[in-house]
Amino acid sequence: MDYLDQLEAEAIYILREVAGQFERPALLFSGGKDSICLVHLALKAFRPGKFPFPLVHVDTGHNFPEAIEYRDNLAEKLGEKLIVRYVADTIQEKNLQDGKGKFPSRNALQTYTLLDVINEFEFDACIGGARRDEEKARAKERIFSVRDEFGQWDPKKQRPELWNIYNGKIDKGENVRVFPISNWTELDVWNYIKRENIELPSIYFTHERECIKTEHGQWMNVNEFVQLEPTDKIEKVRVRYRTVGDMTCTAAVESEANSVDDIINELKETRISERGATRMDDRISEAAMEDRKKGGYF
Amino acid sequence: MEILRFFTAGNVDDGKSTLIGRLLYDSKSVSTDILETLTRQSKTTGEDTEIDLALLTDGLRAEREQGITIDVAYKYFTTEKRKFIIADTPGHVQYTRNMFTGASNTELAIILVDARHGITEQTRRHSIISSIVGLPHILVCINKMDLVDYKEDVYNQIIEEYKHFSKKLGFNKVSFIPTSAFTGENVVNKSTKMTWYQGPTLFEFLETVEIEKGQDSTDARFQVQYVVRPQTDDLHDYRGYAGSILSGTFKKGDKIHIYPADLTTSISKIEKFEKEVNEAHSGEPVIIHLEDEIDISRGTIFVPVQNQIQSENTVEAVVCWMDNKSFQPGQKLLLQQNSFRTKAVIKAIDSKINIHNYQDEESDGSLHLNDFCKVTIKTAEPLTFDNYKSNRKTGSFILINENTNNTVAAGVIE
Repeated sequence: MDYLDQLEAEAIYILREVAGQFERPALLFSGGKDSICLVHLALKAFRPGKFPFPLVHVDTGHNFPEAIEYRDNLAEKLGEKLIVRYVADTIQEKNLQDGKGKFPSRNALQTYTLLDVINEFEFDACIGGARRDEEKARAKERIFSVRDEFGQWDPKKQRPELWNIYNGKIDKGENVRVFPISNWTELDVWNYIKRENIELPSIYFTHERECIKTEHGQWMNVNEFVQLEPTDKIEKVRVRYRTVGDMTCTAAVESEANSVDDIINELKETRISERGATRMDDRISEAAMEDRKKGGYF
Repeated sequence: MEILRFFTAGNVDDGKSTLIGRLLYDSKSVSTDILETLTRQSKTTGEDTEIDLALLTDGLRAEREQGITIDVAYKYFTTEKRKFIIADTPGHVQYTRNMFTGASNTELAIILVDARHGITEQTRRHSIISSIVGLPHILVCINKMDLVDYKEDVYNQIIEEYKHFSKKLGFNKVSFIPTSAFTGENVVNKSTKMTWYQGPTLFEFLETVEIEKGQDSTDARFQVQYVVRPQTDDLHDYRGYAGSILSGTFKKGDKIHIYPADLTTSISKIEKFEKEVNEAHSGEPVIIHLEDEIDISRGTIFVPVQNQIQSENTVEAVVCWMDNKSFQPGQKLLLQQNSFRTKAVIKAIDSKINIHNYQDEESDGSLHLNDFCKVTIKTAEPLTFDNYKSNRKTGSFILINENTNNTVAAGVIE
């Protein structure tokens, strides 16, 4: 078997284990390339049957419109159930403080909405597109990652995961986060997108965008949420997105990549990691992700 | 392109994380922003080297603080020839279970030996565990050669000693490379200080070594993970058994036996991604349809009728105990073999394996953390299995504590 076949087979095996082991699973869908791959893998795992889970999106209100449009079209095209819950509603209901500052982030706030939607539907397993190559804390997380009733990850209490035997046994109220593409790298994802001819939101490819340069030299797009300062210089730049997160905390990369082939070539050349190039939220500290996961984040 | 999964084992101070760090660093698999962070961290840990390569693999805060690897960390790198998945596992005896876990998914073990100390108790233990996990190929990296002045006779002496010790462990192949992870000799770049060594560097070795999947048999085995039933108007009678081919090949028309139901039927159709195929091979995810309507649930195993498999309520196995709490035989557990789960009870501990000399010893009657014991297990429903030596997929299982839901042991069937 070719290496992409092996990765694909492993992911499908894991998706089918979720279907077999849980009563009420869900697939967390963001409109980004990793969760788009998950949907593609789910088609291969379960068609001609329906998905044994709905697609769930936690909409921060700061998403790129292209990603939202893609999400709605995909759910309609596939005829699968899509559940959307809004961080803005959670902020109102729980009387939370919205993100502040120049780039107001709802990254921490989306954990509340995620935990609420898990409670609302009593999901016992949530499938996500996280990969171990993304970040150091993720490199240590299991494929079946048990969370307590507060959604918390305890790295010291992880179950040993042997061979391809996945223990998804939990008590009521707990849930398992499942990461079928744990062993894929960013380049693997793109090679797979190419091989399978998977359609993506347009922002992954080069386009002209009004941006400002941050103090770290990253290109942030100008939008209604970013608080411009008088010294900010708005420039038109040819960019693409390497990852699709919130508009307020995802940076664009300068690129002329027009096709999946261009992107693969670009990635082979680049010496900056995906999160390093694009995420502002991990810059806070070396253990930023570890801490967020302990708080219930993905 | 292929995938090679390997794991690394060594003492706390053998420079294991440094070796992997060096491999990633010199093969240019580390991004510049991660290097920047590392340089910052190295300064705070007070290492005198420019950059502490071990920090590349120690992911958790507690690990960085203590300077040791606690949990299994997975690292990835790709060359033109291969994709590599590294399970970096802790070496200390108290983390034996983590090592066993890391090793269970791999095809090659890299065992580090400190050239100054030669074969130690740890080397023996790591090798014995690799043997129990059934790894066919061991690579011994004799590391820290810089600290023995790159002397060939030190290297040769360790090789002789290791060969002698490992004879009884049943590896198909054992290879040796003299390295210095600290200076990078023979990791990615060929050593200029050990010109007496003509073999490949670690990097060359990894790119070219034959990938052995253990003793996986060619006997066909399939296990049902999930039943696909669309129940739509046009697919009203569709009933397909989704799962992966565990080993061997299944063909359309094959007469098969169904376990544990003990029934015989034949394969009417094999589908892969909604296309009909005539045959499917080991590892492929498929949906299988059967000629007869049989009540089949998750965990059921299909085997060609001319093939033998065991299906019994009693199995003998070697278990590695992974729970912090000690355990007495008689208490109830769940046994999970891939997608099959049944209640089980450990009837007896037949003996304990001394993982320092591979001798059987008498057990004290309990299973303790990191123990390897030969046990007799009784299952509520019959278990359909091969012995682990002939088939890793059908010969392995985990034990789950019904009360805590934790995975408390890993087992290989004798």
